[in-house]
Amino acid sequence: MSRRVLLREIAHARSGDKGNCSNVSVFVYDADHFNAVAEQLTGTLLKHHFGALLTGEITRYELSNLHGLNFVMQNALEGGVNESLNLDGHGKSWSSLILGLEIEIQ
Amino acid sequence: MGAGAVSVYNHQNSGRSIAFSNTMARTDTFRLGTGAGFSADRLDPAVDLVQRGHLDAIVFECLGERTLAFAYRDRAADPDRGYTPLLEKRMRAVLPAAIANGVRIVTNMGAANPSRAAEITRDVARELGLTGIRIAYVEGDDVSDTVGPETPLWEGMTVAEVGRGYIGAHAYLGADALMPAFESQAHVIITGRVADPSLFVAPLRHHFGWPSDDWQILGAGTVVGHLMECAGQITGGYFADPGYKNVEGLAHLGFPIAEVQPDGSACITKLDHTGGSVDVRTVKEQLLYEVHDPSRYLTPDVCADFSSVRIESVAPDRVAISGAGGDSAPESYKLTVAFDGGYLAEAGISYAGPGAQARAELAGRNVEERMAAVHASNAPLRVDIIGAASLHATTGRYHDDAEDVRLRCALRASSVEQAELLLWEVESLLCCGPAGGGGYRGGITPSVITYSASMAREHVSPRTEILDA
Repeated sequence: MSRRVLLREIAHARSGDKGNCSNVSVFVYDADHFNAVAEQLTGTLLKHHFGALLTGEITRYELSNLHGLNFVMQNALEGGVNESLNLDGHGKSWSSLILGLEIEIQ
Repeated sequence: MGAGAVSVYNHQNSGRSIAFSNTMARTDTFRLGTGAGFSADRLDPAVDLVQRGHLDAIVFECLGERTLAFAYRDRAADPDRGYTPLLEKRMRAVLPAAIANGVRIVTNMGAANPSRAAEITRDVARELGLTGIRIAYVEGDDVSDTVGPETPLWEGMTVAEVGRGYIGAHAYLGADALMPAFESQAHVIITGRVADPSLFVAPLRHHFGWPSDDWQILGAGTVVGHLMECAGQITGGYFADPGYKNVEGLAHLGFPIAEVQPDGSACITKLDHTGGSVDVRTVKEQLLYEVHDPSRYLTPDVCADFSSVRIESVAPDRVAISGAGGDSAPESYKLTVAFDGGYLAEAGISYAGPGAQARAELAGRNVEERMAAVHASNAPLRVDIIGAASLHATTGRYHDDAEDVRLRCALRASSVEQAELLLWEVESLLCCGPAGGGGYRGGITPSVITYSASMAREHVSPRTEILDA
């Protein structure tokens, strides 16, 4: 029986920035959830939900040994900390944005 | 050269051939602490580490991406400025215990003015009655005069084509640049811009006699440096999420210690009786912090491979790190090139109770209309309703009837006068805007814009000088 949960229930995440590029790493707490997250949490899904913010290319790196994913998102910081008018010019809160997505697990 | 300088090492001539003939390969554990992960970091965890940590060295990493550009400006306004503002306070707090306990201090707090930072450190040592103190400082990262109008930037244009006032440029130096300072047996080593992990790789290279082309071991050292460089971010800071990721004692977060082995593997831990936590989750999050391709993490020392790293909990607050890889270092240095970014003006006013969000939105529209119609401003302006939509507003996520909100207006201005107009318009809402607006605050912050560039190694000449107190 599958169920939908907030990613936050099964994973933790951290945001970082370099210029106008944001990276968010996501790690599942329980290795059993890694395949479901790796299958569903894609750059395409992020674009679908947050396309107005994440305007550039998204590259996803898989670290299966650490049960983690690293999303590198170009042009995702409204110009970056140099130019953005967002209060959070570093995109420190982008991790929380992603943890608010829903994932289907068994 | 500052008064009291006794010797000069010219690193350029010795290049990568600096030998470790006086440094036999060591087999013991090197205890490396982090005393600061950014310029405004807490002081008390660093003092605790130098007092109780039995450390061999402690690193204070205090330069952000743009901090150095501001330091260049400070130095231009006053040749005695341009170092990290908290330098004197930090040195006063940690020097006595560091000297008493034989803990070498390594820091980039020199920012745009390492020689002045060294003089201030010497003066603090004298005032504290510390004698026989040697301070080494490293210069040569400032390449402002080498970069010219035609220098190409990674972003695709030349320096001239940016069309903004040029402030300066600096290279990210590597561990190589710090070796002469370590060989001088200095108690305190002060630099400007050095790649953050290299500040940690340098003491390890010196202590263990690691060759400058053993990429695997430099990769391992770089993982340690990368994990350590943000101080409390690996001991439970930037991590706590109540109910999900609970952290005990966050108010008294301990800073990290790496117990490093000769092969570059390490155990990350913290002092007993400090707050925070070192566990597999805090280490994983920090491993990928500000990392792009985990298999190719570039520093001036090595192209490190994080993808093979093993992270293992061995005891409470003790996590073992091993398995990093590495490949040859990049052939050129990365530069940050800084330009005048004008001013950021920010002003806010709050509304609460029934209809608060609608009143705040009306106020925001008033500001937008008046900036355009009355002041003919076309400067970029953003209006947020904090409490309804601000940080994530661009994604379209929006609440529509919040009852305790703050209008926040932000404007990129080319002059102070233009910035002041925004503050004036938001403050005028007190009497002329919607009902019940209060708590006006406004501020103007000078800003810089930075781009990246590359520079061949032969055009960058790190040099080391010594001050004895």
